[in-house]
Amino acid sequence: MDLGISALNYVTSIKNGDFTVEEFIEKTLERIKDVDEKVHAFLQVSDTALEKANKIDRRIKSNDKIGKFYGMPISVKDNMCVEGTITTCASKVLENFIAPYTGTAVSRLESDDAIIIGKTNLDEFAMGLSTEFSAYGPSRNPWNTDFVPGGSSGGSAVSVSANECIASLGSDTGGSIRNPASFCSVVGLKPTYGLVSRYGLISYANSIEQIGPMTRTVEDSAFLLNSISGVDSNDNTTVEKSHHDYLQNIDVGISGKNIGIVSEMTNSDGVSTEVMNATNNAIKTFEKLGANCEEMSLGSVPYAVAAYYTITSTEAGSNLARYDNIRYGYDFDSEGFEFNSYISKARKKLGPEVTRRMILGGFVPSAGYAGKYFLKALKVKSKLTTEIDNAFKKFDFLISPTVPIQPFKFGEKIEDPVSFMLIDFNTVTANLTGKPAISVPYENSNGLPIGIQIMANSFEENKLFQAAYALEKTVDLPEVPL
Amino acid sequence: MVKIGLEIHCQLTKLKSKLFCSCKADYREFEPNMNICPICSGIPGSLPLLNQSAVEKATTIAMALNCEIPEKIAFFRKNYFYPDLPKNFQITQLNAYGDTSIGSRGKISVNNKEIRIRRIQLEEDPGRLIYEGATERTKITLVDYNRAGTPLVEIVTEPDFENPSEVRIFLNILSDLLENLGVSDPGLEGAMRADANVSIEGGVKVEIKNIGSFHDLEKAVHFEITRQQSLHEREIEIIQETRHWDDRRKITVSSRGKEEEGEYRYFLESDIPWVNIRSDKKDQLKTTMPENISSKKERYISKYSIAPQVADILASDKYYSELFEKSHSENDAKDIANLITTDLMGLVDTREKRDSSKLLATHLSELVDAIAKKRITRTSAKDILQDMVKTGNSLSVILEKGDLNQISNRDELSQIISDVLSNEENAANEARLKPETINFLVGKVMQKTKGKADPIVTLEILKEKLGI
Repeated sequence: MDLGISALNYVTSIKNGDFTVEEFIEKTLERIKDVDEKVHAFLQVSDTALEKANKIDRRIKSNDKIGKFYGMPISVKDNMCVEGTITTCASKVLENFIAPYTGTAVSRLESDDAIIIGKTNLDEFAMGLSTEFSAYGPSRNPWNTDFVPGGSSGGSAVSVSANECIASLGSDTGGSIRNPASFCSVVGLKPTYGLVSRYGLISYANSIEQIGPMTRTVEDSAFLLNSISGVDSNDNTTVEKSHHDYLQNIDVGISGKNIGIVSEMTNSDGVSTEVMNATNNAIKTFEKLGANCEEMSLGSVPYAVAAYYTITSTEAGSNLARYDNIRYGYDFDSEGFEFNSYISKARKKLGPEVTRRMILGGFVPSAGYAGKYFLKALKVKSKLTTEIDNAFKKFDFLISPTVPIQPFKFGEKIEDPVSFMLIDFNTVTANLTGKPAISVPYENSNGLPIGIQIMANSFEENKLFQAAYALEKTVDLPEVPL
Repeated sequence: MVKIGLEIHCQLTKLKSKLFCSCKADYREFEPNMNICPICSGIPGSLPLLNQSAVEKATTIAMALNCEIPEKIAFFRKNYFYPDLPKNFQITQLNAYGDTSIGSRGKISVNNKEIRIRRIQLEEDPGRLIYEGATERTKITLVDYNRAGTPLVEIVTEPDFENPSEVRIFLNILSDLLENLGVSDPGLEGAMRADANVSIEGGVKVEIKNIGSFHDLEKAVHFEITRQQSLHEREIEIIQETRHWDDRRKITVSSRGKEEEGEYRYFLESDIPWVNIRSDKKDQLKTTMPENISSKKERYISKYSIAPQVADILASDKYYSELFEKSHSENDAKDIANLITTDLMGLVDTREKRDSSKLLATHLSELVDAIAKKRITRTSAKDILQDMVKTGNSLSVILEKGDLNQISNRDELSQIISDVLSNEENAANEARLKPETINFLVGKVMQKTKGKADPIVTLEILKEKLGI
């Protein structure tokens, strides 16, 4: 039994009777037991998975109708509510928060007979790109555990990459799915804003974030998106999907398609030699596949990171305001505190990155400063959107490296917040403009992965999958050394 | 010149559910924290789901106050800390990005004076804090989120009022208007609240908050004008500030709390997409909107020749006008109007009495008909009405049971009157000398017949017998 099989192959194997769901889940739990102390992908592992597997097996035996995931183990980032489970956002503030309901994306997976195998690690409240800001300790990159797995959905990427489950749900506010996907050599999709319900996703920057699949293959990504996407009465920002089966025609190729190479993201000083080489190879591959590649410019991209942090901090300052130790958090006696000192003590439970953004979020939209910061950031957002909308009149896809650099060592970047933020340089544009973007594993250099990012126009995930699938078919990557 | 402006908060109590979730808009019947869900209690991961009926009701209010209504409305977050606010921000509206509140620049006529409405916005009510034994020894504050998320419309006027009585009249008119629109029940506790801002000639604006009732609002405004004028006379500077109404001492007190600093970090609530207020929707709302109070009043006067004061009472009060509309016909309209505004009024003058009243519209037409046909007297009509309100019985049931048919049979009356005269010899003698005192004897006959005697026939017989 290969725990590293794709979701589609898993379904075939179960249907063929190669193994039972219970056998697979049992092996998966063993694998988690074996490797998770090294990589720390999980904050919590399900204790009902085996029981659920057994039930599905019995239903299979009695020829009941089975949902399309056939009991496959899928992990979920721990910022999504699953009824009855502790949902921490990797924060001490939500250490004891038991979600009273299940969010839409997760419940759709469950109703298609996926088994939620556990809740995965992240940077506290999804703020960060290395999991070093998790209050429960970082996750480690399965390709080399001295290196970060990326983030904030680091635990999700690790769990798929280290064969601790078949797929995972992450969330992406500025690259939080694509960055760890690139660092851990998995496929990560940030869908168009509004395609996947955010109901149950604990908000960080609600105007730009989306839940998306993290998988071993592009087809698996489409397979999961089929289940989780579409309008939801619990989220007013969702829209009806335009495609009901993203797997359909996924293999049509990209011959004749126009691909724009975003020069600001590809040819800047911040891009490492290895990443630049990989990107040039990918461009050649696309050309071989019959696409027309052309360098192009999105003039506002150099301002995108600044706009991103301004907007997300503003929203975070509001979304996280409720964690005031009155309704969530830990109890301590208020005796001897006046209001400010009480709040100050309560908020000490929040880690350094969250604190930094809360402070920023109190400042940039405040009276007297909003014009200088927040409103300017909104202007960048709208200008960038106009630029990218114009670009998609000419190009089918825009490509770049997903991350300008390869995974780095623990502690290597964390001391310098600004250079840390610049690692988001290539990913934030898709969030600010609402466009779908996918990271496809492309190379492995010095034992560490490199991913290529492809962006498409809103709600063109079907096209995005076709390009990603074509690229994926040309690569031959090593097995994870764990 | 004194300038007074108002901010009125009105709960849309006629809605079934809260503004962003399906909990009940009518929270009053619940035990604390039993009318809440993940959305209105701000549980992480929940998202606001806009109640479209609330948008419609707010649109109706904006139209009734002659506001401009934008093509698209948006919601904003007002960020501030308060324990009654589950998310530590309130979802409200703001005229940023152009006019995005449900209504702007409206007007309403108050005693022939135009009061301008600056803005109307739709927003959520916070929860409630209950200070239990809030003394030095037991500082306990309880939080009840049942009210959190109740749909609220805030109406902001321009500072167009010049004295407290204009304020009072405006609030009465507004309250009748909202009730007439079927959007709110202003009589419910806490359903309508108002803050005021007051300035005197050449002075700065002072805001007064925390006013419990409209009655107190008038007092608070009055106090504040006097306070500012006396400062001015003594050449003491009036400070621009927010003051709280102290209900116990009946004065306004400066509030120096930090929460007054007005730093709300407003920004767009992106969880709620912009809402199109389509013009066909507006037209549809306009056609289904209840007739407004002033045109109703005009109609009553011109069509039925009802006296203006009577028409005013009828039209302003939704309960009375509905009763009138259902009961009257072309011929008896005037009589029914009078019956409502004289005899019925005292019987159903409070919310409790109206709630328990069993009176039906048909009762009124029966009653007016019976009076016209002289089957009952006007006096006994009042008793019958009381019976109807109490029991819901029809006129025929009450008459059968209570023997209230009018006595107009001359022989029967003649016998009764003879008895009365023999008992009231002094009065009879006096009436012979001073005919105007005869009414005393009529009253005695009525007393004896429990109001059933036909007053006209009674008078005739009395005069006959007394020879006057």
